[in-house]
Amino acid sequence: MARITASVYTSHVPAIGAALDLGKSGEDYWKPLFAGYEPSKAWFKDNTPDVIFLVYNDHATAFSLDMIPTFAIGCAAEYKPADEGWGPRPVPVVKGHSELASHIAQSVIQDDFDLTIVNRMDVDHGLTVPLSLICGQVAQWPCPVIPFAVNVVQYPVPSGRRCFNLGRAIRKAVSLYDEPLKVQIWGTGGMSHQLQGPRAGLINREWDKRFLDRLIAEPDKLADVPHLEYVQEAGSEGIELVMWLIARGAMSDQPPRVARRFYHVPASNTAVGHLILENSQ
Amino acid sequence: MALDKPYKGVPGTTIFDAEQARKGYHLNQFCMSLMKAENRERFKANERAYLDEWPMSEEQKQAVLARDLNRCIELGGNIYFLAKIGATDGRSFQFMAASMTGMTQEEYAKMMLQGGRAPGSPVRDPREKQ
Repeated sequence: MARITASVYTSHVPAIGAALDLGKSGEDYWKPLFAGYEPSKAWFKDNTPDVIFLVYNDHATAFSLDMIPTFAIGCAAEYKPADEGWGPRPVPVVKGHSELASHIAQSVIQDDFDLTIVNRMDVDHGLTVPLSLICGQVAQWPCPVIPFAVNVVQYPVPSGRRCFNLGRAIRKAVSLYDEPLKVQIWGTGGMSHQLQGPRAGLINREWDKRFLDRLIAEPDKLADVPHLEYVQEAGSEGIELVMWLIARGAMSDQPPRVARRFYHVPASNTAVGHLILENSQ
Repeated sequence: MALDKPYKGVPGTTIFDAEQARKGYHLNQFCMSLMKAENRERFKANERAYLDEWPMSEEQKQAVLARDLNRCIELGGNIYFLAKIGATDGRSFQFMAASMTGMTQEEYAKMMLQGGRAPGSPVRDPREKQ
């Protein structure tokens, strides 16, 4: 049987990818941020899974306003890094895991989550920046990845509660897969940031830290936080944090072990938060 | 019964909901077209002519020509789409963000280095008279 061994949470700011790709990670501005991920890279080397289920959002790259799926699961064999307007990031092609992805889609749809199945898609910084942060600058990614895109661009985005329950359905689906795969689930985006309008630049450290505390200790209650609170307190783009609840819902009901916690302001316009939670055996 | 939209009261913030997306469909799809290098070249060569290929309102076209991002957002633009105009112009995202706040890029960058805009701090629309 497959099982979820750990969950990883991280912001996915595009400027982080650019800093890595342009060789700027040693600059004073970026040093503290990348230093914060060094222990996570070491952890990942010791805990490389068979598959990563990576929850992220597309930023007007693969999905324009022509089609806006709320939840889209990638079932393809591979995904190319997207050209977001500056040329594609110089990172490896992302290999998928069609068998597990299709299995999860079938199980989760039967549990009433109406996923969109995607068999052709490029992946943008939302997916590749977390991989770069945790896996480093590599010639190929260390394992297959199942991209899971959530609409957090056009409101209304799915509620925290729905995301948390979806995570539970993903957990069940993984546990029903016959091969003994170790699966990590990653939740990305956030933390507080607002990229638009006169209030651009909003950062809310206190709220972010409380979110991290609650994600660890009382995720079921955290799932009740309404959209309005995310918008008011974490900024219009801080609402990406609902995606972290999908990963958290996929974890066991037992308290997790906190393998890593890190918080840093700023990366460009954004507060960066990061957690690694391990399931107890 | 009208739909409940409590987010309308958040200062300095326009939520890109279904109503905004409907208004901004062609504006945002124009932005999306700038993902292709050949379209970026055509736009840069003659902005007005390129915009006239799209069924956008005159107000939307004027807002794009003026690079007035707050106005673009009012008229249905979404920042992830609008960012493609800035990329075409060779502008950083911080430049675009600063332009919406009434700060210079330097002032805005400094605010971010100092921890960002504090929650509850005053919000000023750069288009309002001082």
